[in-house]
Amino acid sequence: MPDASRTKVNITVDGRSVEAAPGELLITAAERAGTYIPRFCYHPRMEPVGMCRMCLVEVDGPRGATLQPACYLKVADGMNVTTTSDKVKKAQDGVLEFLLANHPLDCPVCDKGGECPLQDQTLAHGSGETRFAEEKRHFVKPVEIGELVLLDRERCIQCARCTRFASEVAGEAQIAFAGRGDLIEVAPSPTQPFDSFFSGNTVQICPVGALTAKPYRFSARPWDLEQVESTCTTCAVGCRVAVQSSGNRLTRVLGVDSEPVNHGWLCDKGRFTLDSVDGHEHDTDVLSAQSRITQPLVRRGGELTPVSWGVALAEAARLLHEAGDASAIGAIGGATLTNEGAFAWERFLRGAIGTENLDAQFGDGLDPVLLQTLPLATIDEAAAASVVLTLTGDLREELPVLFLRLREGFAHQGHALVELSSGPSALRPLARHVLSVRPGEAPTLARALVSGRLPVGTLVGESELADARALIGDGTGVVIVVGRANLAEDQRIVDEAVSILAHGLPGATFLVALRRANVRGALDMGLGPRLRPGRGFDPVASGRDTPAQLRAMVSGTQRVTIVLGGCLLGNVVDQELASAALASSKVIAVTGHGGATLAHADVVLPASVQHERTGTVTNLEGRVTAVAPKVGAPGSAWPDVAIAAELALAWGQDLGLGSVELCAQAIEETTGYAALSVLQDQAFDGVVMGREVTPVARHAMDPMAFPGIRSTKTAGLAESTGATTLLDASTTATTRGAAKDDVHLDKVDVPLADAYALRLVLVRRLYDRGIAMQGSPALGALISTTSLSVHPRDLDHLGLASGARVKVRARAGDFEIGVVTDETVLRGTCVAPFGTLDETGADVVARMIDASSPVTQLRLETQ
Amino acid sequence: MATLDAPRIVSSRRDMADSFTWVRYLETGGYNALRKALSMFPEDVAAQVDAASLLGRGGAGFPAGRKWSMLRRSAISYLVVNGDESEPATFKDHYLVERDPHQLVEGVIIAAYALQVTQAFIFLRGEFALGLERVQQALNDAYAHGALGSKIFGSDFSLDVVVHPGAGAYICGEETSLLESLEGKRGFPRIKPPFFPAVTGLYGEPTVVNNVETMSNLPWIINNGGAAFAALGAGRSTGTRLFALAGNVKNPGVFELEMVKNTFRDIIFDPALGGGLAEGRSLKAFIPGGVSAPWFGPDQLDTPLGQDEVGALGSMLGSGSIVVMDDASCVVRATWRITKFFSRESCGQCTPCREGSGWIERVMYRLEHGGGRMEDLDLLLDLCDNIAPGLSWPPQQTTICVLGPSIPSSVHSALSMFRDDFVAHVNHGGCPHA
Amino acid sequence: MSHFRTDIRQRAEELVALYPRKRSAMLPLLHLAQEHDGYLSDEGIAEVAALTDTTPADVRGTASFYDMFHLEPVGQYVVGVCTNIACLLAGGEELLEHASRTLDCAVGATSSDEMFTLEETECLADCNLAPCVQVNHRYVRTTTPASFDAMIADLRDGRLDHEVPSHGTLIRVKRQGGLRVAKDEIAAERAQALAARTARADAAAAAAAAQEKK
Ligand SMILES: Cc1cc2nc3c(=O)[nH]c(=O)nc-3n(C[C@H](O)[C@H](O)[C@H](O)COP(=O)(O)O)c2cc1C
Ligand code: SF4
Ligand code: FES
Repeated sequence: MPDASRTKVNITVDGRSVEAAPGELLITAAERAGTYIPRFCYHPRMEPVGMCRMCLVEVDGPRGATLQPACYLKVADGMNVTTTSDKVKKAQDGVLEFLLANHPLDCPVCDKGGECPLQDQTLAHGSGETRFAEEKRHFVKPVEIGELVLLDRERCIQCARCTRFASEVAGEAQIAFAGRGDLIEVAPSPTQPFDSFFSGNTVQICPVGALTAKPYRFSARPWDLEQVESTCTTCAVGCRVAVQSSGNRLTRVLGVDSEPVNHGWLCDKGRFTLDSVDGHEHDTDVLSAQSRITQPLVRRGGELTPVSWGVALAEAARLLHEAGDASAIGAIGGATLTNEGAFAWERFLRGAIGTENLDAQFGDGLDPVLLQTLPLATIDEAAAASVVLTLTGDLREELPVLFLRLREGFAHQGHALVELSSGPSALRPLARHVLSVRPGEAPTLARALVSGRLPVGTLVGESELADARALIGDGTGVVIVVGRANLAEDQRIVDEAVSILAHGLPGATFLVALRRANVRGALDMGLGPRLRPGRGFDPVASGRDTPAQLRAMVSGTQRVTIVLGGCLLGNVVDQELASAALASSKVIAVTGHGGATLAHADVVLPASVQHERTGTVTNLEGRVTAVAPKVGAPGSAWPDVAIAAELALAWGQDLGLGSVELCAQAIEETTGYAALSVLQDQAFDGVVMGREVTPVARHAMDPMAFPGIRSTKTAGLAESTGATTLLDASTTATTRGAAKDDVHLDKVDVPLADAYALRLVLVRRLYDRGIAMQGSPALGALISTTSLSVHPRDLDHLGLASGARVKVRARAGDFEIGVVTDETVLRGTCVAPFGTLDETGADVVARMIDASSPVTQLRLETQ
Repeated sequence: MATLDAPRIVSSRRDMADSFTWVRYLETGGYNALRKALSMFPEDVAAQVDAASLLGRGGAGFPAGRKWSMLRRSAISYLVVNGDESEPATFKDHYLVERDPHQLVEGVIIAAYALQVTQAFIFLRGEFALGLERVQQALNDAYAHGALGSKIFGSDFSLDVVVHPGAGAYICGEETSLLESLEGKRGFPRIKPPFFPAVTGLYGEPTVVNNVETMSNLPWIINNGGAAFAALGAGRSTGTRLFALAGNVKNPGVFELEMVKNTFRDIIFDPALGGGLAEGRSLKAFIPGGVSAPWFGPDQLDTPLGQDEVGALGSMLGSGSIVVMDDASCVVRATWRITKFFSRESCGQCTPCREGSGWIERVMYRLEHGGGRMEDLDLLLDLCDNIAPGLSWPPQQTTICVLGPSIPSSVHSALSMFRDDFVAHVNHGGCPHA
Repeated sequence: MSHFRTDIRQRAEELVALYPRKRSAMLPLLHLAQEHDGYLSDEGIAEVAALTDTTPADVRGTASFYDMFHLEPVGQYVVGVCTNIACLLAGGEELLEHASRTLDCAVGATSSDEMFTLEETECLADCNLAPCVQVNHRYVRTTTPASFDAMIADLRDGRLDHEVPSHGTLIRVKRQGGLRVAKDEIAAERAQALAARTARADAAAAAAAAQEKK
């Protein structure tokens, strides 16, 4: 038990006095004091196990000095440690010799060669010749243990980093030690491969070449790699990454150990979809994205035809002029832009053209004015909160590394999780209380949580509610994670529930689990109706959000629509409306990737994408970090900022925002938003807007813990950027930050439950048909297929069997689909994944949704 | 001549064919001790065990009373009985679980009462299929007669005992590994500190782990008093102990002997005990306390069978097993087989034990079967030194548990005592006897 | 859907209920799965994983730590011959070689009629009757080549059926009895007893202190 009353203890390391925190591990205390103790199994982000015995040092004790593992031993006041004695040296040399005894001598053909901790240790300390004259241990050389990972058991040094990651961090022991003694091996089950969303992390932390990633294998040698530190923009967590390339070809993304964000971890989507970026022509054996748009296109005679930038911009400008009224122009999207790109487009569209019809969300988010009024929590605060309430989708599917960060608290620190939910959730087994709600009922339950009065007809019991309320209190210290658990449920239902919680639990703070990459930054830059750059808000303005724009397109009031990045068709839940809208409006698409939207585009302006561009982004907690280019964009794709600026020029106005730096400067000068300071200090963990900026020095990254990552910057922003919620006062005199009273939510009436129907819970999958997945040869094969999950008893009730195909009666007509039973599905509901196709390649999900109703009810019948 | 007049404390029913039955147990005084214990305060029961100065019979020889009172004021959650008995040539617990399961069960209930735990587990090695059945039957009988379960014999004390089958892994005898195994995991010993399960044991809660024989002594101690037990033996080694004698003796078996009053010579040569070696053979070496212990030679035959007496000469009484090797046996072969055992049984957690055991075994194999080199002898010692630095006794260790540092015991002993035999193997290109 | 027969499934659930935490039932459950299938089949492993809230990889990894669990099918009789130190000195290796010839299968392999699997074991704790032999973990106490062959013949002809059940069956005595009162009631009892003990200790200490003063 560390003595809580003391804040420091003193130990002696090799005769030097060292200060350490009580309960700190000896290995870290010594390291901070400049004494690096060799190690293999120790990893700073996992519990120590003291298995490899490389870190043995001499520690004085009652029975004289004994060899103790520094990675496991906690410091105690007065501890006397020797790390350099002959005895220590002999023990460490002995361990290294033992590790090498059975280790193959295949460094020249090993992926890890050149960045291998074992190799480095051997060069530094090894004896150079072997005394091991026996036959080495033999296993079949690399075996595929999952879709993305190969295992070479001969190289394994049994450090248990991978198995510990799987069970301790990811919470899915899909790989485990098997066997005993020197035949011990890492093994998956033959019936269940290693198909975790986090498998790449095990490759990254393997201290030898035992685990290798299929997409990276043999693609480069470490010494040929160049690296920049950047931010992953695959989702809104914004993990810090080291992006590496060999020449102008992206080869690898590794997780950087960012204390406030990702602790070194990444999800496989963020790690491995880098091949969706690569649009260059390469040798045929190289995975290469097919989906990149590399030159401007204009529709001529019904066909999209390559043209020069000049021609394309002129054509786009002409369309905008022809629209006539500014209110006939709108823009949808923006979450894939950098803050600078978003700002430039906002300035062009709102500032120059004068339209208020802007929306970075696709009707699948939350009310942006409501968001502005929520007291925000950081990821760290949520991870440290003793009570967390979630009203969101399955975080493992939507924001994987946020899932890891939160899971740690529930799994290892005794934090309590209360789920308010109608959908599946990977955190559920760790939840203290699950308050189940049927689709449409979230506001009812939110009100009950706040008031303690439980209306009849909910699925929650009185005592359950009372227990949950006792944990939550008035919300003080509670972090509420809000997002969209069910895309078939009207956004306004969730908005209402969130608003009830915000009013009723005044002590609580919120973490907004919006999924799309820089959606937060785009909203902060004003890409929403009534919003203004710098988290501003104009109470008198009015404009259309995405659903309204789509309706206006169909009705002909919005005649020209700019689609900013992303794939509109793949993201809007009401696919029918989206298709009709695109067909009825002129469309200018600004995108780096192809997609179904392009079939309706009149002008296509090719943009650079992640790992090709510079700028800043803002993650879901409001943290502004820099993104950096590692490779050039293919063909003649341009950065978003340049496209906005050039289109503005072609249209007739010079925005004065011709470069990312100019944009960043303008953002910071006019709104106080820390774009420029972050951009100029690229390699740091960024700053959270709305918070005071305290410089945090990052620990130097230990190559033993993060092999393969070249040095990263360890210090960043040293001074405060001052107030951070200034507004762009130049737009209108009324602009200000939104207050609670500014939130005006429409009430929706949820229809009564139909006893013969199941309510649809439409969920997100990590491996959906999004652009990154579709464009990635490495991950594309993993895209989920559609199926309908139903509780076994509901299926029984309907007289149906699992695995059967059933007829679904939906508003758009009848269709067939395979059903599977799942005990975790709420009775009276069915779960389907959005953005997937069924095994016949049909998008039946789109046909299920009843866009005319706030919830979708489906009737299932035998064929 | 051996001193054989001490009472049989744990093997009093050894000559009865039905010693394992409820009826026989009751007829021979069974469960009187439990009734007596239940009439005492729990702490007074513990005090008797403390007074008996009963040393643990599992191998480490830690006083049971001290272990029980380590956390005097806080509650112990679980009692776990160690019946994994896998130390080669140790077979005394085998005798106790198969032949006297009720005595074990009564001991467990008494200990549980003294410790005030309501849940106990008896971990038996899985290969004891018959023993598992006999202990389960003994528990069923005890439940049926009110000696176990709720309100035992009408007292306020309730207890549940579960027999837990192991599944074949020597390391699960090591108490922290046993707990991991009991938690349903791979038997990886836990890293110390904490040094005692009494602090963090099963499910992280305070737990007492004691050996089967340790438990089996309790009915006698309660019936006769701790002082009577302490009056037997000498010094720290009180009472009697079961010794398992094996190897090249005429009459191998389990013998209950008063501690310290007898010597190795007595147990090996007394006609009532080991009966000596085969005609015409002489003693080459013997292992005094399980294959983890350093070896003794004929010069140590007169050492008394006492914990400290053996410890003073650089070995241990350990698990109470004595293996006799006569002059016809090959010490290189014996050593190789012991290293093979450790190599198969290393749990594989720590590098020095996992890799060292395999490496040493392979070198020993070559020496015995051909292909040995003179430099192998120094290599062996150096590899041993890398597992147990200094090759001293008790060993220092580079490993998590003491299985690793047990590997050098036989290698180091054999090499120091019989280096010529090793040299002969090298020169001959294998075993000269084979 | 349970892979286990109804009676085995019921015993499995009883086992899980015996322990404070589900996972503790792992080893007994694996023995039971082996009783059901003769070895640990993928289906058996999956069922144990479900019963203990673990994963198949975890169960498999755990099982593979222990020698008594077989992840591949074995014969009806697993014959183990010990060659560890006491048995080595008594001719264990020679008996093992003999067994291999009699059964016509290599050590570690299964005879062609799938009746016997031969194993070299570590010490089986029956060293006074060395070399020691077990069949399906029952001691058969046969120490010479001739008695070994006779024992195999007995097994083949079913004369040992009552002593040696098929591979996997470990404990044939069903557990009977247990606590009849709820665990929390017991916990309350125990807390009371401990409080009483503490009070007695305090009183004794106070008395001793008073004595000292006098
Ligand atoms: C490798 C190893 C194997 C052990 N095997 C056993 C065993 O089979 N049975 C046993 O009772 N103790 C064994 N022990 C000792 C136990 O760790 C523990 O000390 C003992 O069970 C405590 O009981 P006791 O105090 O009653 O002796 C072993 C220790 C080690 C290091
Ligand atoms: S010393 Fe050997 S048996 Fe003990 S923990 Fe280490 S590897 Fe396992
Ligand atoms: S034992 Fe400390 S780093 Fe492995």
